[in-house]
Amino acid sequence: MPKIRFLLTDGAELAVEAQSGRTLMETALENSVPGIIAECNGSAACATCHVVLPENIMSALGPISEHENDMLDFAEAPREPGSRLSCQIKVSDALDNVSVRIPAA
Amino acid sequence: MLHDVDHPATAIPGNESSIVIVGAGQAGLSTAEKLRANGFVGSLTLIGDEADAPYQRPPLSKAYLLGELERDRLKLKAEDWYAKNRIALRLGTRVASIDRGRRRVCLADGGMLAYDRLVLATGATARKLPQAISRGLAGIFTIRTLADIDALRPALETRGKLLVIGGGYIGLEIAAVARGLGMTVDVVEATDRPLARVASAETARAVEDLHRSRGVTFHLGRAVSELLGADRVTGARLGDGTIIAADVVVAGIGGMPQTTLAAEAGFAIDNGIAADAYGRTGDPFIWAAGDCANFSLPGGALRMESVGNAIDSADLVARNIMGARQPYKPKPWFWSDQFDLKLQIAGLSRPGDTVVVRQGAGPGRSHWYYRQGQFVAVDGLNAPRDYLVGKRLLAVSASPDPAQVADPVLTLEALASSK
Ligand SMILES: Cc1cc2nc3c(=O)[nH]c(=O)nc-3n(C[C@H](O)[C@H](O)[C@H](O)COP(=O)(O)OP(=O)(O)OC[C@H]3O[C@@H](n4cnc5c(N)ncnc54)[C@H](O)[C@@H]3O)c2cc1C
Ligand code: FES
Repeated sequence: MPKIRFLLTDGAELAVEAQSGRTLMETALENSVPGIIAECNGSAACATCHVVLPENIMSALGPISEHENDMLDFAEAPREPGSRLSCQIKVSDALDNVSVRIPAA
Repeated sequence: MLHDVDHPATAIPGNESSIVIVGAGQAGLSTAEKLRANGFVGSLTLIGDEADAPYQRPPLSKAYLLGELERDRLKLKAEDWYAKNRIALRLGTRVASIDRGRRRVCLADGGMLAYDRLVLATGATARKLPQAISRGLAGIFTIRTLADIDALRPALETRGKLLVIGGGYIGLEIAAVARGLGMTVDVVEATDRPLARVASAETARAVEDLHRSRGVTFHLGRAVSELLGADRVTGARLGDGTIIAADVVVAGIGGMPQTTLAAEAGFAIDNGIAADAYGRTGDPFIWAAGDCANFSLPGGALRMESVGNAIDSADLVARNIMGARQPYKPKPWFWSDQFDLKLQIAGLSRPGDTVVVRQGAGPGRSHWYYRQGQFVAVDGLNAPRDYLVGKRLLAVSASPDPAQVADPVLTLEALASSK
């Protein structure tokens, strides 16, 4: 099981065991990670699951859909190069030990 | 009452206290989660009459019905989350009555549970067709719960003819899924357009056009007078005598707040359980959140059926139980998926609002609503950027110049900085 390190807005780190195949957003919700609200529960409709990933793993996560890309442009927290909607990312070994930052709005 | 600091109901519940939440849906679950997040350490019980642990309803008429989302993924929390957070989850258990004097709830199975604070998060139910129309025939469905979908799914697998009664969101989402499955689909709607009560005429027209282009047949301005068939439904007769054949009927004729429990406990019921701006009912020990609650706010009473409202009002109630004393500031928003349309709505538009259309470079577009010159709502039709910019402007009560909104050359970045 990949271990994911959520970096919270207050600087704290929350390391959780994630199940492969779930989404990163589901992993965050199951562990009550503060800052991931996920109001639309994965429909890519709310952008309240915005996370920032290290740029060097972006390519391992597959392409971003046009819809997600558009949502990220005006998510509450400003877009960064590593910005993604965590509901659109499947947990895989590529995320093992990766720091997933919750951006401050 | 709320500011009477001496009232025992305003004391912050501590480790000896017991909080009971009735209704294990999105609002009940969020209340429990937020009570813990706001430092409640006492005993916490979440009671629900459904067999399933709290799950998401929106996919029931979308990805789940299409078979694109497994059942297990609907769950809002993993199984061990409840124990980890010391939340006693009692499923398949109905609260039969509230003894307000002794501050305890009576369960349908005969049990009893004392509370220091009670939260009513009983949600809504799908309105059923009157017996005179449905005549007790098999093959007629309403959609609210996982159990409803489990019952409907085999009927859709026959790939026959589906009749949807009511052109609201749930009906139209089911219609889109059924077309995707290759079924013939008719939609009967009593008013002259779909989404009549829940979206603007412009947005409704766009949604109607999309459905027509995908082969859905609409019967507008007509009501079903009777469903036909001996024991299984075979069709419907409309008010004007038209007969429509059907193998399966889905009635999407609206939701009704579940208020029986509250009414029997003596609460004022007016389109839901009456709550003040803090989420408190007429009994200072009892609160209400989610679809069942009708909040009394400065702009008038407001009851909404949406996930956003379930989460936000639960958050409000949890904070206020823990002493925050904050009034509800709703940020209405909604989404719907139909065919390849992603509709996103922020704010509440009303008939009579001025509509400004922003046509994007691509196929998407957005509708911006103004009331007395003030920007009040936005609908994005495959236009997530427009929607998010509009939502942001609404949050700060900014009102972009309508001429600029309609100008496709002006960038959204520029609009986003409107005052
Ligand atoms: C098919 C469908 C699609 C939807 N799509 C969207 C969408 O796209 N976007 C959106 O924002 N919203 C959507 N909604 C609405 C959204 O799901 C609801 O607003 C939300 O679930 C409300 O949560 P709630 O907890 O208030 O109520 P509910 O989810 O109804 O939960 C209340 C629970 O309390 C239980 N209960 C009631 N009385 C008792 C009692 N006496 N004892 C014990 N248990 C009791 C009920 O059985 C129920 O399980 C949709 C709803 C449906 C049905
Ligand atoms: S959960 Fe809503 S966009 Fe990801």
